[in-house]
Amino acid sequence: MSNKDRMIPVVGVITKVTRETADVTTYQVEKPGGGKLFEHLPGQCAFLSVPGLGEAIFSITSSPTNKAFLEFSIKRTGRLTDFLDGNMAEGQEIAVRGPFGNHFPVEGRLQGKDMLFIGGGIGMAPLRSVINYMLDNRGDYGAIDVVYGARSKEDFVKYGELTEDWPRHKDVRVHLTIDRPEEGWTGHVGFVPAFLKDLAFTPDKTVCLCGPPVMIKLCLAALTEMGFRKDQVFTTLELRMKCGIGKCGRCNIGKKYVCKDGPVFTCDELDDMPDEY
Amino acid sequence: MRKLNLADLDKLLGALAREGRVYAPFRRNGRTDFAWYGAAGEPDLENYTVKAPKDVLFPQVEPLLEFRQEGRRLALQAAPLPQGKVIAFGVRACDIRGFAVLDKVFLQDPQDEYYKARRDSLTVIGLGCSEPEETCFCRTFGLDPARPGADVDTWAADGCLYWDARTEKGKALTDALGGSVPFADAGEEPAAVARQAAALRDRWDKLPLHGLHFDERLAAQELPAFHSPVWEKLAPTCLGCCTCTYVCPTCHCFDVRDEKTGPFDTERYRCWDSCMDRDFTQMPHGNPRKGRLERFRQRYMHKLVYFPEDHEGTFACVGCGRCLKACPVNLNIVKVERALAAELADTAKEGSE
Repeated sequence: MSNKDRMIPVVGVITKVTRETADVTTYQVEKPGGGKLFEHLPGQCAFLSVPGLGEAIFSITSSPTNKAFLEFSIKRTGRLTDFLDGNMAEGQEIAVRGPFGNHFPVEGRLQGKDMLFIGGGIGMAPLRSVINYMLDNRGDYGAIDVVYGARSKEDFVKYGELTEDWPRHKDVRVHLTIDRPEEGWTGHVGFVPAFLKDLAFTPDKTVCLCGPPVMIKLCLAALTEMGFRKDQVFTTLELRMKCGIGKCGRCNIGKKYVCKDGPVFTCDELDDMPDEY
Repeated sequence: MRKLNLADLDKLLGALAREGRVYAPFRRNGRTDFAWYGAAGEPDLENYTVKAPKDVLFPQVEPLLEFRQEGRRLALQAAPLPQGKVIAFGVRACDIRGFAVLDKVFLQDPQDEYYKARRDSLTVIGLGCSEPEETCFCRTFGLDPARPGADVDTWAADGCLYWDARTEKGKALTDALGGSVPFADAGEEPAAVARQAAALRDRWDKLPLHGLHFDERLAAQELPAFHSPVWEKLAPTCLGCCTCTYVCPTCHCFDVRDEKTGPFDTERYRCWDSCMDRDFTQMPHGNPRKGRLERFRQRYMHKLVYFPEDHEGTFACVGCGRCLKACPVNLNIVKVERALAAELADTAKEGSE
């Protein structure tokens, strides 16, 4: 490569493709010949490229403690993600550019805290990186509660990990909910904000909240009612991006660029920003 | 300082072209714009250019890399960094400030390597203004149009081009020209240059935008400015044609696009884009700036509020006045700044009463 410009991706290879749900697939990416393409921190993102269709940015769902590969859980929502879903197979090479953005402060403010993770739909992808990081460094964090809402039982991503791996750890509880009743589902039914109140979490926990914008707004309202302060709640934002380094002019909210100042923000930081996301 | 008979301007440009690629104002088809030396047209040091010369640093289209995809194999080759000296000639004070604004974007960490290579290989030859236009307001930003502040400053006065090499780059270029340009010594402070500057100062006091002040307190009022009612008043007039962004010396939004160049090959390039465009922030699930108001507001908030917040009070405007001339519906940053500053001042007054 002739230069180190951050617009230039590197070549990786898909080493595993896992269909998670009807519209979500997880792609495992490594260096051709093995090894990780680059190190990252939980919450950071990377661009994937399909030559001819372009690039889009996705959160890295694997934990930094995974030393073998990067994973991306991607929902079909447009031309590029549709193409990935239909065309990526083991052995396929793909261009990757990253990591970009800030991260959840796993080595700072989150240390020693009792954690509450709230995920909706594909919003679970960045949270999974944090949760697995904490489980691999279990002594550094307190109790972990995970609340995850999906449209139906079939829409949970990494269902086996959620229901079998995570609850095996001491002081880790996973609370799943689906939007509508369904045959064979004995768990909770209903939307996440109401479920949070049912679960009656005490406001001494630190929250990582990620999901569709409307869910974030309603969950934040529920948490505020339950006595949580906004600076206890971390969330991630998603806007269109082309560069990842605060230059192309797309992803700013006020003077903040989601690509470099985010994607992780506390909810009190959002209050100081224009409501344009 | 040196001087050259303006009749020998062609000789100078020819000599400069032996030192690097020369980008200078040329007049063609009744319009003056920066163009590469060697293209058709007459060099024009009188008229102002329609577009800013920003593309000398930030080209309208810049290749980034080439992909070759054969089956499962993917190879990529980054576009080589631009090489070779470039000389921008006839750049005025406003556009030189424009380069400085672009520097703040592209040279801040992480540095844009393509821009950096262009910046390092660029020598700027400034041109002192003599006849500012009615749309000019560079004084608002503390600029002195009589002193461009480039590597070499020049003035076209009394039939001569006065030449003052100011920086190491400028001096090296002057030395390299050697005897190929019939320069004469012009002394320390040539009277013709001083006379032109004095005449310019008299003239700018009479310009319609004389005394215009951009309110630096806007940067401290991000949310009130964002929620100001002025956007509803002004935005509906905007056509969303994006012309203002393309002529602007400081607008720097870009898109990244892929183009198939062969059965296995794709070229990726970046190209100018505009935050005023409808698709700019479109995502599969929605658009945070979905209407004309949001897009109009974004452009002016960026120039007047967000950019100064991020860059020690520097406005992303240099007072070149191009958008005043180019907008088909007579909207421009001066109108917006005045309306916004006045509205915020009124609100503050009401609040204190």
